[in-house]
Formats: sequence, structure tokens, C-alpha cells
Amino acid sequence: MFDDGELEKIRQGRGRWEDETLSPYVEDGERKQRFATVSNHEVERLYTPEDVADLDYLEDLGFPGEPPYTRGVYPTMYRGQTWTMRQFAGFGTAEETNERFHYLVEQGQTGLSTAFDMPSLMGLDSDHPMSAGEVGKEGVAVDTLRDMEILFDGIDLDEVSTSFTINPSAPVIYAMYVALADQQDVPREELRGTLQNDMFKEFIAQKEWVIPPEPSLKVVTDTVEFAVDETPKFHPISVSGYHIREAGSTAPQEAAFTLADGFAYVEDCISRGLDVDDFAPLLSFFFNSHNSVFEEVAKFRSSRRIYARIMDDWYDAERDESRRLKFHTQTAGQSLTAQQPLNNVVRTTLQALAGVLGGTQSLHTNSYDEALALPSEEAVRVALRTQQIIAEESGVADTVDPLGGSYAVEKLTDEMEEEILDYLDEIKEMGDGSMRDGVLRGIQDGFFQREIQEASYEYQQRVERGEETVVGVNRYEVDEDTSPDILEVSEEARERQIERLEQVKAERDGDAVEEALDLLAEAVEEGENVMPYVVDAVKEYASMGEIMEVFEEHYGSYQETTAAI
Amino acid sequence: MIAKVGLDGHDRGARVIARAFRDAGFEVVYSGLHNAPEEIVQAAVQEDVDVLGISILSGAHNTLVPRVLEGLREHDALDDTLVIVGGVIPEDDEEELLDQGVARVFGPGTPIEETIEFVRENASER
Repeated sequence: MFDDGELEKIRQGRGRWEDETLSPYVEDGERKQRFATVSNHEVERLYTPEDVADLDYLEDLGFPGEPPYTRGVYPTMYRGQTWTMRQFAGFGTAEETNERFHYLVEQGQTGLSTAFDMPSLMGLDSDHPMSAGEVGKEGVAVDTLRDMEILFDGIDLDEVSTSFTINPSAPVIYAMYVALADQQDVPREELRGTLQNDMFKEFIAQKEWVIPPEPSLKVVTDTVEFAVDETPKFHPISVSGYHIREAGSTAPQEAAFTLADGFAYVEDCISRGLDVDDFAPLLSFFFNSHNSVFEEVAKFRSSRRIYARIMDDWYDAERDESRRLKFHTQTAGQSLTAQQPLNNVVRTTLQALAGVLGGTQSLHTNSYDEALALPSEEAVRVALRTQQIIAEESGVADTVDPLGGSYAVEKLTDEMEEEILDYLDEIKEMGDGSMRDGVLRGIQDGFFQREIQEASYEYQQRVERGEETVVGVNRYEVDEDTSPDILEVSEEARERQIERLEQVKAERDGDAVEEALDLLAEAVEEGENVMPYVVDAVKEYASMGEIMEVFEEHYGSYQETTAAI
Repeated sequence: MIAKVGLDGHDRGARVIARAFRDAGFEVVYSGLHNAPEEIVQAAVQEDVDVLGISILSGAHNTLVPRVLEGLREHDALDDTLVIVGGVIPEDDEEELLDQGVARVFGPGTPIEETIEFVRENASER
């Protein structure tokens, strides 16, 4: 960004500065021998124009709202409207969550976000033996369409957008939402919302699965195809790095593996015969925001640039919407400490700030007591207020990409980009030129799992050696009694849920259920798109477990190889 | 043995602990994910383990951990097995688990060295 003559002057100036001004300050060394981010990426003392000499402003940064979107996906960013403050919530039965939804809608919130309990996430009914102790614990329990009817009772589906954090059983929940729209006479093409539905990161990091990776991908692509045809305002996949980071990856690994997963879905959809410009605008992303503020900003900016370029270069995406990397951010749950829990408010604030400076489209801020238990109401409120203070008091949202042009941040963005691209090359090579095959191969061989485990073990060792400071844990500890007010979910939830499931099963037309499940089984057998059949089955009140069993019978179940430890 | 019980998929802690114990010279078996309590009991009895570390972050510990303890008791294996628990366990629940036969609960932020020391001092001699 500077001409050669000017750069030469800067270089000379820097030499002079080092001799005359700096040297007495570094004679006895600095505070540490080596300064590094939480991902163990070394950072320099000072960045100057020399570090960004190769940057081409128009090519590499450009203007917000235009490719390569380094500076943001929209021209006015938060001056037009702030990011969506989307706090993830759900607990107990459908009635309790429905009450919460009504409260949020009355407060003017139009984006609902649903957390499911573990059995629903794993495609099990509440009366399954493995569901004992888990029903309604970390989210709402959904067994049949009846639960969804209660969950959205009194809520017009054409007036809200709903995000569903669900993966292996995502097709069932998606089908239930479509069935609900049909019941309400809401045209399917008006449905708005997001399914997480990212199975790759499940095998890589979050570890919720039913059937093996390859058929899982087939079913994900079914949902994308169905969305393109039937619900074009509904996002069928949220490609997620959040869980990869939580499992212990570094920032570049998080970004690289997530982008690789995204490109793998793109390739599978293209080989299905879908037009990239029909489905790519429906893809969205989900990232973590961790402690090292500038590293995170660099991650968001470089990911946008890479995505925009690759969608064009490799997949010939023509529409702007197909090349925009739009993402949700959640602050790093894993960084929270049980010790001195109020300190977590500060951690979350800094992480949220990084997400905002990085140009996120929506944000979830964690509650300070999450290392101890499910969050209390007070902690949830502080978490939301944190976002409102950043948006409305701090002024950081008033200028688009305010860190753009910072020598340090631009340099970190370039270095991050390089690390991500190296991984992308490696993964593509594992698939002999196919990202889709590379990701599947990487999962099967435990490549991703090993890379993440190595990074998380190294990090833990740095903490143990005191090289990473964790305030309140390995420095500045106090004796304290941390017993916060804790939200308890009773076992009663399971009993009520099982009762309802039994009632639904008694009242439904058993023959119709059987027929719908048989037709689904045939469709699975024939390799057809399963979505229309799942919609028919849920309309007959077939349960989540019954539907997932059809998949499992044909494709088998998945067991992770754990030899890697 | 390091065990994950129930549907909880948070395996970062379990894997780090398993690796740390291995590096400290222990023979370590990791159960993998999504096991019923009875499956963990079977595996622990078959492998004749000295120490069973259960990692759980899903909030289902009050249901699942007692079932593991009960199973070990039925196999007369509880007295010879040092059972420890790691994860997000509220204080009241911790008391409960200790009463039922868990030797120690390690919360978030526990130095690995502390866990290893505890096992060295308390596991049965062989």
C-alpha cells in the first residue's frame, strides 16, 4: 500500500529507532521471551507499513459489501442495523419453552432460537433407556409433531425466524416445522429460520451422530435440495466452527476445518445437480470468539476473504449472495472459569467485542455461571446487556471495520489466511482434489480429531506450566465459596414427556404411521430425497425415534474409533 | 479407565486427562462416547480397572453416576475401584455423589497434576 521510496524511508527509520530508542528498553529483555496468542501464534512487538507492503487495497480489502468482503458483507454494517442478538435458550417441556417464546415475541424479539435436550439431539425418544436423566436437561424435548405444535402454539410462523440447533435428527425437526406451516396455512416459501444440520463438525468435534458420515452427508444434501425447492428463505445448514474450537482447536484450525466442511457441502450439492447460485445464498456459518482479540478479528476477516474467492474460483458462483460469508458468533464457553465466576463477564465482553470488530451478523454471549451449571436468569440478563452496551454505548459499532488498515491486524489477517489455505490444500489433497472426499477421508482417518486433540493437549500443558495465564485459576487465585443460584430441571419433565408420547401413540392412526415409515424406508433404499417422506411421516405423528430408526436400519450406526489417544 | 457415560459428547477433558495419565506412566483405557452406565460397569469389570474416572458435563450425573456405582457394587467391584468424577457438578450434587461412594469430584480448572497425585495416593496397590 506504499510506494518503494516511502517503504525504504520507513525501513531506514525503523533501523534508526531500534538503535537509538528501542535498544536500552530491551537490554534486560521484556516481560516474556515470546508473546503469542491463545492459539500459540507468535506476535511481534511492533507492526509497520513494511508488514503490509504486499497488500493491494482494492484487491485484498476493497469496500464493505463488495468482494472479497474482507471489510464486511454489507456496506453500512452496524450503522444500518446492529447484529442480531440471538441468545440460545430452551428447557424442560414444550409448554415451558412456548411460554418463553411468547415472552420474547412480546418483547419485540423476532428471532427465536431453540435448544433441544440430548435425546432429541441424538434422535432418541424420551422413553428410550439412554434418555434416562437427560430429558429436558439441556433444552426442550421433542418426540412428535405434537410437541412442536405446543412449542409454537400461538406463534405465527410467517412472522418469526426460528433457529434450530440440531444435527443428526435435523431432517425430522425441519419436517415438523414444515408440517406446522402447512397446518397454519403459512406458505412453505415464507418459512424463515436456520437448521444447524452440520454433520461434518459432529464427527469432527461435537460428537452427536446416528448414521455414518457418508450417508449423513447424503441426508444433509437432501435437506438443502428440499430447501431450494420448497423453503427458499430457510437456511438448511449453519456450517459450524464453534464446536471445533470448543473441542480444543486453534483459531486457524477452526476456520480451516469449517471452511473445508462448507466447501465439501457445496461440492456434494453441485454433484447432486443443484445450481451453486440457488443454494449457496442459503448457507450460513457459525464461529467461536475466543480470548485473543486481534487473532479473532483476523480469523473473521480472512475467512470472509477466502470464502469469497474460493466460491468464485472453484465453484463459479456468480451472485454476490453466493460469495458472502455470513456468520453467527458465540463467545468461548470453554474459556469460562468456575473460579471467581464474575470474571467471566469480562472475558465474554472482550470476546463479544472481537466478534463485533470482526463483523459478525449475530451474536450469542455466554452467561458468567456456565462453568458451574445451566445459567441463571440474572446471568442470562447480564450476558444480553453486555451486547447492548457494546452496541449502544461503546461506539465500536459506528464505523465499518474500524481495525481495517491497522498494520497489526492486517498482518495477522494475512498470516491467518496463509495458515487456513495450507490446511485447505492438505485436506483437498487427502481427497485427491475433492474437498468432499478430503473431509470424509479426514474424518475416517481421524485426521481432524488428532489435530484438535494435539492442540488442546498442548494448550493444557501451557496452562499447567503457567505459560498461559488463566486469571483466578493459575494466577490471582482466592479462597472462595462458589455456590451460585442454580437452575435445576426436575426428573418430572421426563415423566410428563413420556406420558404425552404414550398418549400420542395411542391416539394416532397406527396403520398410517406404519405405511408412512415403510414408504420412507423404500425412499432410503432407493436413494431418493428423504425429506418429502419424513414430512409425511411426522404428519402421521411418527416419533423422532421411529424415523431415525429407519435410517439406522438401512445405513447402520456409527462408532468412533478411539484408538487415537 | 476414563469413561464417558450417557449421551454427553463433551470429550475434550476426557481425552486430555487420558493422555496426561498415559504420559504419567499409567495404563489407560478410554471408553469412547455414548455408553449406558451398565456398559461402563461391564467394561470396568472386564478390564479389572483400579481407577474409574467418569467425565460428565451434561447435567445427568445424578442419574447416571449412581447407576455406575450400583453396578460396581453388584459385581463386588466397588471396594477395589477408586471412582472419581470430573465435569460440571454443582456443590450439592457433589456432596451427594461423595456420600454414595465417589472418592473425589474434580471441577473445572483442576490442575492435572493434582488429579494424578490423588490417584497415586489413593488407588489400591497391586
